[in-house]
Amino acid sequence: MNTENSPLKTTRSGVALPLREVPVLPLEALHNAVADGVKSQWRVSSLFAFRRDGEDAAHMMAVLADDAASLLRVGMARIEDTRYPSLSNRCPQVHLFEREMHEQFGLVPEGHPWLKPVRYARPFPGREPRAQNAPRIGAADFYHVTGDSVHEVAVGPVHAGVIEPGHFRFQCHGEQVFHLEIMLGYQHRGVEEALPGGPHKRSLSHMETLAGDSSIAHGWAYCMNLEGLAGTDVPMQAQTLRGVALELERLANHTGDLGALAGDVGYLPTMSFCGRIRGDFLNLSAAICGNRFGRGLLCPGGVRSMPNEEETAQMIERLGAAERDVREAVNLIWSTPTVLGRFENTGTVPRKLCVELGLVGPAARACGVEADVRVNHPCGLYERAPIRLRTAHYGDVNSRASVRWHEMEESLAFVREHLDTIPSGPIRQPLGALAPDHVVATLVEGWRGEVCHVALTGSDGRFLRYKITDPSFHNWMGLAVALRGQEISDFPLCNKSFNLSYCGFDL
Amino acid sequence: MIRALWARRNQGHRTMAWPNGPAPALPARFRGRPAIDPARCVAGCTACETACPTDAISVTDRHRIDLGRCLFCTECVEACPEDAIHHERDHRLSVHHRDDLSVAPAEALKLAHALESKILRVLGRSLKLRQVSAGGCNGCESDVNVLSTIGWDLSRFGIQMVASPRHADGLLVTGCISENMREALLATYAAMPDPKIVIAVGACAISGGPFAGHPQQHDGVTGFLPVDLFIPGCPPHPLTMLDGLLRLIDRLPQSADQAAE
Repeated sequence: MNTENSPLKTTRSGVALPLREVPVLPLEALHNAVADGVKSQWRVSSLFAFRRDGEDAAHMMAVLADDAASLLRVGMARIEDTRYPSLSNRCPQVHLFEREMHEQFGLVPEGHPWLKPVRYARPFPGREPRAQNAPRIGAADFYHVTGDSVHEVAVGPVHAGVIEPGHFRFQCHGEQVFHLEIMLGYQHRGVEEALPGGPHKRSLSHMETLAGDSSIAHGWAYCMNLEGLAGTDVPMQAQTLRGVALELERLANHTGDLGALAGDVGYLPTMSFCGRIRGDFLNLSAAICGNRFGRGLLCPGGVRSMPNEEETAQMIERLGAAERDVREAVNLIWSTPTVLGRFENTGTVPRKLCVELGLVGPAARACGVEADVRVNHPCGLYERAPIRLRTAHYGDVNSRASVRWHEMEESLAFVREHLDTIPSGPIRQPLGALAPDHVVATLVEGWRGEVCHVALTGSDGRFLRYKITDPSFHNWMGLAVALRGQEISDFPLCNKSFNLSYCGFDL
Repeated sequence: MIRALWARRNQGHRTMAWPNGPAPALPARFRGRPAIDPARCVAGCTACETACPTDAISVTDRHRIDLGRCLFCTECVEACPEDAIHHERDHRLSVHHRDDLSVAPAEALKLAHALESKILRVLGRSLKLRQVSAGGCNGCESDVNVLSTIGWDLSRFGIQMVASPRHADGLLVTGCISENMREALLATYAAMPDPKIVIAVGACAISGGPFAGHPQQHDGVTGFLPVDLFIPGCPPHPLTMLDGLLRLIDRLPQSADQAAE
């Protein structure tokens, strides 16, 4: 399609530009630019609304990722009428963004295939309660299938295990799932609503806890946005340690997921081993900063702590031990036919659907889609030391498991190499004042996939709007389609193979 | 099968000896209770109070720190111009009363004591817990899960996480209690048979944590349910959690009631 003449402004992840340089298009032109972009393999990283001070009319801003060119494309439109023709039918990957803008700003996408609440949240900026007649969480109308032997299964919000809350509604025929509807919002804590007027002294904590198993990924995106807005250069030492910390986060979570996948098919050796080894990786993060989730390590301008030579040597030794253990534990999966028999051809997402829905992270790479921010939009350490992108083919549970393992192999080598070569020197730079009336978008490849943060500053150099898109926002729909035609008893396995964040979605 | 057995041999027995043997090593940069040395404070300085993201420090009130609000971040330590604040290494932080979490610098933490003997008798040698996350970030939840792995093996103390509230003796709550989860949390509590206990894990469940004051949530569980054990942290270290749980059921040997190395 014609993207050479795209009216969108070109920028890069983490690079701030004056808001006035972002083209303000008629809404139809913005929609066309997004749809044309998506046709030529750009992805919608974020699509959100905001209001400028003293203005009633909202603006819509689109941030597209052009992976092949390592560029971001940004454009916006002024919304003159709160009702507008929906883009979702032409471009399915915006369906949830349009629902979100409806919930937050009352913008009605006419013709949207299914306009329902996203988080059962108050309208932006979140101070007014929801309307009395607004649908209540847990009590809304679900998609309903009727017929002979058709039945409905409701699960959650409180699940059997120690996990976060969400509601799943299955329409089944016998054991077979016709349709899975996922209702989220139970974890909504008002993170985005708290950010305008910031950065506040709590903002970094909000980033580290908005999806607490991805503290480094979200913390990094936030720091990089501030650094972009302030024009602060992060010392190389800090860039390297950030890369190491992000890969440790990936290692810990992938290890946990592979163990849990084994557990979900009743293969206990790998489950038991990985449950413990996951802790070994968390403890390596704790060795750097004192917190197993890496909280308190990142700060705008750099990092707060750096392992000394002796600590580094110990960490490399412990990393080696963890690697030996995890290799053995995970390789048991690939040599056990009963496990593979349950993983293969379960919960398949066809590649075409994956691209259409705009899935990200291991879920997309398991379908053979080469989307990885570390490779396509590299920053910091990844720019200097490229990491290899790994994919699988079939889009099933087995592919999502094997992609995780291959990524772990890359991460292990990456951490080992870079932990040992961190140069000495300053680890942080003071952050300058944020540029007023600017916009910056940062992409970071968290262990679940693309984390996208967009910051807009007002004339006072404070946040006018701060938009967060967790990878789970893109991927929950992937889980829903993976379940179609599956046995309902395979739900835990399929769910774990995505292992999406509830709070990262709910914000 | 042979490979699995071989792996089992290589991976070895990994359940820690604690509390009957040495505690697992805490990281060198472990962040326990922030300790202020008021002797070094400059009169009128409120740098730590101003820097604290959750207003956990009150300089005017004898430099009190509310560990229920504390995120154990490093903002106060960094903000102090006199280097008068450092994190202690003691993992023991669990208390019985909410007020006990608010401590002045020289004040010892009133660590949690065992449940009444009447309740302990009913529980016998088992404690079944139903965990509910109500606005938790998956930090506390992850480290609660860690307690059930082979390294920590919670079940050796008779403690188990159960699926049904009908089978539970206690409710372990994480998260700031989001408004959208309030009803489900209270319904879960109501479904548990008496006598039942409540354990609040993490800054969010105790005070709302970083989300305190947001209209979308309720500043923790204390406004809804009677809490028997508060385990502070963001998230608390698994050793801190286990220490608290063992105190509650009177299973912590005296030899283990000391700061870990």
